[in-house]
Amino acid sequence: MNPVNYLYLAALLFTIGAAGVLIRRNAIVVFMCVELMLNACNLAFVTFSRMHGNLDGQIIAFFTMVVAAAEVVVGLAIIVSVFRSRHSASVDDASLMKL
Amino acid sequence: MENLIALLVAAPLLGAAVLLCGGRRLDRAGHWLGTLLAAASFVIGVVLFLDMLGKGAEDRTLHQKLFSWIPVEGFQADVAFQLDQLSMTFVLLITGVGTLIHIYSIGYMAHDERRRRFFGYLNLFLAAMLILVIADNYLLLYVGWEGVGLASYLLIGFWQHKPSAATAAKKAFLVNRVGDMGLSIAIMLMFTTFGTFAFGPVLEATGQTSEGKLTAIGLMLLLAACGKSAQVPLQSWLGDAMEGPTPVSALIHAATMVTAGVYLIVRSGAIFNAAPDAQLVVVVVGAVTLLFGAIVGCAKDDIKKALAGSTMSQIGYMILAAGLGPIGYVFAIMHLVTHGFFKAGLFLGAGSVMHGMNDEVDMRKFGGLRKYMPVTFITFGLGYLAIIGFPGLSGFFSKDKIIEAAFAKGGTEGWILGAVTLLGAAITAFYMTRVMLLTFFGEKRWQPDAEGHEPHPHESPKSMTIPMIVLAFGSVFAGGFFSIGDRFLNWLEPVTGHSHGHAPVSATTVTAATMVVLVIGVAIAWAMYGRKPVPVVAPRGSLLTRAARRDLLQDDFNHVVLVRGGEHLTRSLVYVDHTLVDGVVNGTAASMGGLSGRLRKLQNGYARSYAVSMFGGTAVLIAATLLMRAV
Amino acid sequence: MSFPLLTATAALPAIGAVATAAVPAARRTAAKWLALIFSLATLVLAGIALARFEPGGARYQLTESHAWIKDFGVRYELGVDGIGVALMALTALLIPFVILAGWHDADPLETKSSRWRPTQGFFALILMVEAMVILSFEATDVFLFYILFEAMLIPMYFLIGGFGDRAHTGSDENAAAQRSYAAVKFLLYNLVGGLVMLAAVIGLYVVAGTFSLSEIAEARANGSLSMATGTERWLFLGFFFAFAVKAPLWPLHTWLPNAMGEATSPVAVLITAVVDKVGTFAMLRFCLQLFPEASKWATPVIIVLALISIVYGALLAVGQRDIKRLIAYASISHFGFIILGIFAMTSQGQSGATLYMVNHGISTAALMLVAGFLITRRGSRLIADYGGVQKVAPILAGTFLIGGLATLSLPGLAPFVSEFLVLVGAFSAYPAAGIIATTGIVLAALYVLVLYQRTMTGPVKAEVQGMADLKVRELVVVLPLIALLLFLGVYPKPLTEIVNPAVQHTMSDVQKKDPQPEVEAAK
Repeated sequence: MNPVNYLYLAALLFTIGAAGVLIRRNAIVVFMCVELMLNACNLAFVTFSRMHGNLDGQIIAFFTMVVAAAEVVVGLAIIVSVFRSRHSASVDDASLMKL
Repeated sequence: MENLIALLVAAPLLGAAVLLCGGRRLDRAGHWLGTLLAAASFVIGVVLFLDMLGKGAEDRTLHQKLFSWIPVEGFQADVAFQLDQLSMTFVLLITGVGTLIHIYSIGYMAHDERRRRFFGYLNLFLAAMLILVIADNYLLLYVGWEGVGLASYLLIGFWQHKPSAATAAKKAFLVNRVGDMGLSIAIMLMFTTFGTFAFGPVLEATGQTSEGKLTAIGLMLLLAACGKSAQVPLQSWLGDAMEGPTPVSALIHAATMVTAGVYLIVRSGAIFNAAPDAQLVVVVVGAVTLLFGAIVGCAKDDIKKALAGSTMSQIGYMILAAGLGPIGYVFAIMHLVTHGFFKAGLFLGAGSVMHGMNDEVDMRKFGGLRKYMPVTFITFGLGYLAIIGFPGLSGFFSKDKIIEAAFAKGGTEGWILGAVTLLGAAITAFYMTRVMLLTFFGEKRWQPDAEGHEPHPHESPKSMTIPMIVLAFGSVFAGGFFSIGDRFLNWLEPVTGHSHGHAPVSATTVTAATMVVLVIGVAIAWAMYGRKPVPVVAPRGSLLTRAARRDLLQDDFNHVVLVRGGEHLTRSLVYVDHTLVDGVVNGTAASMGGLSGRLRKLQNGYARSYAVSMFGGTAVLIAATLLMRAV
Repeated sequence: MSFPLLTATAALPAIGAVATAAVPAARRTAAKWLALIFSLATLVLAGIALARFEPGGARYQLTESHAWIKDFGVRYELGVDGIGVALMALTALLIPFVILAGWHDADPLETKSSRWRPTQGFFALILMVEAMVILSFEATDVFLFYILFEAMLIPMYFLIGGFGDRAHTGSDENAAAQRSYAAVKFLLYNLVGGLVMLAAVIGLYVVAGTFSLSEIAEARANGSLSMATGTERWLFLGFFFAFAVKAPLWPLHTWLPNAMGEATSPVAVLITAVVDKVGTFAMLRFCLQLFPEASKWATPVIIVLALISIVYGALLAVGQRDIKRLIAYASISHFGFIILGIFAMTSQGQSGATLYMVNHGISTAALMLVAGFLITRRGSRLIADYGGVQKVAPILAGTFLIGGLATLSLPGLAPFVSEFLVLVGAFSAYPAAGIIATTGIVLAALYVLVLYQRTMTGPVKAEVQGMADLKVRELVVVLPLIALLLFLGVYPKPLTEIVNPAVQHTMSDVQKKDPQPEVEAAK
C-alpha cells in the first residue's frame, strides 16, 4: 500500500484536532483534540521514517509520546484545579490573564 | 612714582569694599571714611601730576604692570596701567570733582538711613572710573567701562523702593550694555587684526591694515561711546537716570562717566584718523545729539531733566569736536573739563534747590528763589554764565574753540557743522536762561505738597555750599587759565596730536557770531519767561514742544518697537518652546502610548483566540515557504 | 605602586553614600554631618590631586590602569588632563555647598498627608552622584565612561522625582504629578541619548578593537588605525547626540527647565553645575579626540545650534514667570556659549569653554542657591509673588544681585573672563558667529535685571514683610562662592595655567591652528 495515504490520514487527523481546539469550549475536549494533533504528527513521523528508510522519525515519535504524557499530567492537573475553583471547564471563562 | 598709580584705584576700591561689607557698625563713620579715601585718591593724583610737570613732555608717560590677567595661548591681557597727560587730566577731574561731591553728599544724604551704602557705591564708581581712564589696554578699559555702568545702575536705583527709580536703573544698564556690545566687538576686531588690544601696539600699527577694518573698529567704538555718553540713538537712558540722588546726577551723569565716550574716541584717535568714514559718522552723531539734547532741554519742566538734556547736548559738542580729528581732540577734552566744573556745579545747585523745596523738581513751582538761597543763586548763576559761553568764563573759551574747529573742517561740511554748533549755542542760551528765570526770578509759585507741607525754602548747609563755591570758581576761571598761552593745548598735544585747520572765517568773526546768537537766545527766553508771569500748569504747547517733552518720541519708539516687539517675541517663543519643541517629544511619547494601547487589545485572554493566531501564523509561514519554493 | 589618588577621590564619596544611607532613621542630623564630612574629605583629596598635577607634564597624569573585562578589552583606566582635573575639583568643591544648602530640604514634613522623606537617602544620593561624576571626569576608557555616564542618571532620577521643591502652586497631588513628569522626562531624554551612544561605543569597538582612549590615539597617530570617513561621522554623531542631550543643546533642551524647576534648588545646582558639565566635557574629551575629522565636518551645524541656544535660551529666560525656570533657560544660553567655544576650535575658544564650565558652575550655584533660600522663605517660585525684598533682607538681595551680575558676565567676576575668551575665540574663527553671540550679553543683562527688579525692588509686598535675612548656614554657603567668583575674575591665572596645555593637546588632535592676526600674517 502506498505510504502516502498514511500522510493524508495524518493531515486529516491533524485538521480535525486543530478544528476541535479552535471551536470547542470544553477544556477536556480541547485537550483531547491537542492529543489528536500530536498523534497525527506521530503518524506522519512514522510514515516518513518508513518512506526514507531510517529510524529518526520513529525515535522522535517516542519523544513526542513522552512529552504528551507529561503534558497530560500537568494539563489535567490544571484543568481539575480550575474546575474546582470555578465549577466550569470552559476555556473562555478563564480569560483573566490579559492586560 | 609708577607704583603710586595702582594706589589711585586702590584707595576708593578699599573704601567700597569696607563700606559695603562692613555692615551697620560703620553707619556713623562710613561717610567720613568714603570721603577721606576719595580725597586720598585726589592727593595721590596731585602728587603724580606735580611729578609729571617736572618732567619733559616726552617722558611724562608712566607705566605700571601689576600682573598678567588672562594668559591664554595667543591672548595676552594684563592688569597694567598707563598714566599720560590725557589720563592725568581725567584722574584730576574725576578725583577732584568726586571728592567735592562726596563732601556735598554728606549733607545731602544726611537723613537717609542707607547713607553708608551710598558712599560705598560712590567709592566703587570712582575706582571703576579710574580704571577706565588709566588702563593701558582696551580689555581693562572694558572692565572700568562696565564697572561704571554697574555703579551707575546701583546709584540710579538707590531709592529702589520707587519703581520708577528701579526701572530707570535697569534701562540705563541695558542701553549701556548695547553700547558695551560695540566695545567688545571692537576689541575682538582688534584682536583678530592686530593680535593684541593694548593701546601702544594697536595705535602704532594702524597703518598696517586696511581702512575698512579700521572703519569697522571705529564704528564699534562709536557705538560704545554712544551708549556711555548718551548720544543718539542710545541717549534715552540719561533723562530717566535723573531718578538717582542729585549728587549722582552731578558726578556720574554730568561730570565724569558720561564723558567716558569722549575719552574713548580721543584715546583711539589714531584709529579714527585713519578711518575718515568713521570720523564722519562720529561728527554726525555729535551734531545730531547736540541739537537733540538742546531741544529736549528747552521743553522739560523738571529742573534735573532740563539739565540732563543740556548734558547730552554739551557732550554732543565734545563728540563732534573729537570727530573732527586732530583739530578737535584737545578742545573736546578742554570742553569736557570745563563742562565737568560748571555742569557739576549746576546739578549741585539744583540739588540744593530741591533740598530746600521738599524735593520738588518742577521748575514751574519754583520762582523767586534768589532771595531765599543766595549762595545757591550766585554759584548756579556763575555756572549758568559759564555754560552759555559768557565772555571770560570757562564755557566761552572751550565752546568757542569747538565752533572754530567746526568751521575749519572746510567745505560744505564745515559750514553745516559751524551752523549747527552756532544754533546749538543759541538754544543753549535759551534753555539755560529759561531754567534760571523759572527757578530764581519772578513770583514765588510754590504750593503745599501732597501731604500739605508748605515748603520753606532755605539755604543748604555748609557741607553742600562749599563744594558749590569751589566748582563755581572752576566754572569761572578754568577756561581762561587753560587758554592763556595755550597751556592746555601744549599739555595734551604730545598725546593727542594737534593740527591747525584753515577756517573760512576768522576767529574774531566766529566769536562775534557766537555773541550774537547768545544774545538772541537769552532775549527770546526773557521775552517768554521773564516779562510775563509763568503759569504753574504747563500750557499745552506746540507740536514740537509736546514732542520734546516726550524726548522727541524716542522713548515711544523704543517702547513700541523694542519693548512691545520683544514682549511679543519672547511670549511667542515661550509658546513655541512649549508646543513645538516640547510638543514633538511629547507627541512621540503620546503616539507610542497610543500604539501600545491598540496592541494591548489583542491580548484578550481567550486561549482559543491565541490558538487561532498561532494557526494563522503557522499557515502564513507555510504558505510563504511554499511560495518561495515555487518562485 | 603609588597611592591610587584618583580612585580614592571617587571612592570616598561612594563610601560616604553607603555610610550615610546606613545611619538609623532617627539620627537624621548625624547623617547630614556624615555626608558633609565625607564631601569635605573628598574636596581635600581633589585639592591634593590638583596640587600634584603638573601643568607642563604628561598629557594624562596620576594614571591608573587595571584589566577589567578581559574578553572585550575593557580596562579600568583613569587619568586626568588639565580639563579633567579642573572639573573634578569643581565638582568636589560644589558638593559641600550643595549639601549645606539642602540641609533642611529632606527633613520629614510635620503633616501626615505628605510623603515620608528619608533624609539619609537624599544625602546618600547626592554623594553617589558626586562619586560617579568625579569618576567620569577621570575615566580614560570609553566603556568605563559610558557606564558612569548612564549610571549617574539613576540617583539623579530619584533626587528629582523623590525630593521636589516644596514651594509649588496648586495641590500636592498636582505637584507630585509635575515632579514625576519632570523626573521621567529627564530620564527618558538621557536614556535615549545614552542608547544612541551605546551603539556608537559598540561601533567604535568593532572599528578600533579597543576602548582605551590612549591606545586609540596611538593607533591613529602611527597610522595603524584609519576610519572610513562615513564610519567616523556616524560614530561621531552617536557620541555627540548623547552629549548634546546632556549639555543640553537646542532643540534637545526641554528636559532641563522641567527638571530644574521641580527639583529642590541644591539638586538643580547638581543638575546644571555638575552633571551637565559631563556632557560638555565629553565633547572636548571624546568627540574632538576620537573623531577629529568628523568634528570639523559637523562644526558649521553645531555652531549654528549653539548660537540658537544662546539667543533662544536668553529670550525664553526673559519670558519666564518662574524664578528657577528662568535660571534654567539662562543655563541653556550659557551652555550654548560653552559649545560655541569648544567647536570654534581656537585656543581662546577652548580655554574659554573650559573656564566657562568651571565659572558657570560657581556662578549658577551662587544664584540658584540664593534663589532657593528666597523661595523657601516665601513658599513660591513665581516672580510675581515677590517685590521689595531688598528693603527687608538686604544681604539676601545683595548676594542675589552678585550672583545675577556673575550670570550676566560683569567684568571683575569670573564668568566675564571665560565668556570673553569664548567670544574672541569664536570671532577669530567665525566673525559672524562671534557677533551673534555677543547679543547674548545684552539679553543676559535683560533677564537678570528684570528678575532683580521684579523680586527685590519696588514697594515691599505684604507677604514679603518680615522675611528673615540670610542665616549663618546660608552665609557659609554663599560667601565662599562669591569670594571665588571675585578671585577667579581678577586672577584666573592659576586656572588658565592648568587648562592651557590640555587645550593645546586638543588643538593638535584636531590639527587646527589659531588664525593669525592680520598684521602679523602680513609680515
